[in-house]
Amino acid sequence: MTARMPASPVRRGLSHRLAVNAVMTVVLALATAGVVALLVWILAYVAGQGLKYLGPVFLTQTPPGEPSQAGGGFANGIVGSVIIVGIATGLSVPAGIAAAIHLVEYRGRLARVCSFLTDVLIGLPSIVTGAFVYALWVAHFGFSGLAGAVALALIMLPLIIRATEEVLRLVPNELREASLALGVSRARTVMSIVLPTARSGIITGAMLAVARAMGETAPLLLTALGNDLFLEANPTRRMSTLSLQIFNNAITGFATAQARAWAGTLTLIIIVLVLSVGARLLSRRGIARSAR
Amino acid sequence: MPTPAPPSDTAAPARLDVVNLTASYHGRPAVADVDLAIEPRQVTALIGPSGSGKSTLLRCLNGLHLTVPGASVTGSVLLDDADIYAKDSNPVEIRQRVGMVFQRPTPFPTMSVRDNVLAGLHLGRRLGRGPHDDLAEQALTKAGLWPEVKDRLKAPGGSLSGGQQQRLCIARALAVDPEILLMDEPCSHLDPISTLTIEDLIREIKETYTVVIVTHNMQQAARVADTTAFLTMPAVGEPGRLVEVGPTERIFSTPRQQTTEDYISGKIG
Repeated sequence: MTARMPASPVRRGLSHRLAVNAVMTVVLALATAGVVALLVWILAYVAGQGLKYLGPVFLTQTPPGEPSQAGGGFANGIVGSVIIVGIATGLSVPAGIAAAIHLVEYRGRLARVCSFLTDVLIGLPSIVTGAFVYALWVAHFGFSGLAGAVALALIMLPLIIRATEEVLRLVPNELREASLALGVSRARTVMSIVLPTARSGIITGAMLAVARAMGETAPLLLTALGNDLFLEANPTRRMSTLSLQIFNNAITGFATAQARAWAGTLTLIIIVLVLSVGARLLSRRGIARSAR
Repeated sequence: MPTPAPPSDTAAPARLDVVNLTASYHGRPAVADVDLAIEPRQVTALIGPSGSGKSTLLRCLNGLHLTVPGASVTGSVLLDDADIYAKDSNPVEIRQRVGMVFQRPTPFPTMSVRDNVLAGLHLGRRLGRGPHDDLAEQALTKAGLWPEVKDRLKAPGGSLSGGQQQRLCIARALAVDPEILLMDEPCSHLDPISTLTIEDLIREIKETYTVVIVTHNMQQAARVADTTAFLTMPAVGEPGRLVEVGPTERIFSTPRQQTTEDYISGKIG
């Protein structure tokens, strides 16, 4: 067809297309390079500032009593972050996965309400979540790491529901029907076919929620409060977290405290990175094992 | 753990009687007023144009239709004289007795070849933990796949070719020792050679099983089926109806209904 058409408009069409193609390729490459450069810049800046002070002392000591003094570290914040986010993960991941299963696999009566509330919760500013937990819990029982964990769990929950829901919807319906047709019950189909197929996506979603919780500061100010005096590992008392310590040290204006804040920021990034990579490796090993 | 029901060559194939069956999605019937007797140890083919409700009818035979949201059924399907839609019938047990193979091969992606074959037994809790290589070998042998995969039992099910995957799915369906095997266009995504392999397989397994196959390929119906049922719908959007059923040779040589003849001779569909 095209060969029989007059040559000139076809030629012009082709050269035009090639030109647009070349321009758009350059534009997209520049946009990508810009985004990557921005991310590398942030990482490099944090690493440059953080590495000035990050070391064994920083990782094993608590902050000095007077913020203007040099030395000390965020050991209590690291321990606090791990404990609080750990509890929040333990609360939110099972509940979130269960809710997503209800939404996708059973389409229960609550599904529409749950879906709507999930959207509302995702859009909720985290300070509101903190105030909510403050009013309901802290006002009665006092500040505690546990209250902080509940606040973080409320922030993680909608993220995990959404992420899990998306991945479950990606599991082909044919697999569910194939399993049902073998005389497998619906519950076993979900547990043994659907969830394992979606496993790596669910883990990725949970890790994003963990990373988000690691960095949350506002709700913790109203719940865990912080504790810079000594290392506290009991979540029923007020606790420090990395994010709280970064906040408290960064706003002092003392160069010594800001150095600690930078080192804390780098530590936070490294913890999240290690957790993400570790979860990836675990999920990959899981698939390899079942394939063997 | 209860002792497993080992796949045996003496399993008694069951008969199915469809009585005045209408299957709907969200209140709209997809196939209506079907009466059909499916004889044991025979291959029954369901043919007809797209939208005539062949697949829906097939999915009614093991109750899978009702797992779709909004789906409903009236009438009955008698599996050896017991209505599978009766209130006290257990859908999980029905699906164990009436196996199914789908249009696309659906090996479970997280499982090895062996685990795929044994999936129905393991997940249906009819089998304890353990390798159970003997059961896997029996099922794979029946599906004609054993020589090709005997050294690859630990490889992922998805690593096989399309035709092998489909025979893996047949092996998986046979491993739970059903009495009836439903096949929904099992060859439509396969090349001609894999198709012939599967057709040979169907002719072999009908010695011990009752087979119902949906196909849009009339040559395939003519090649494998003992009985052929022709469905069509009067107009697009209306439910499909059973037009004619009979021995395959008669349906293709001297159809009694004009619409059947039109379809077979290529005037419609």
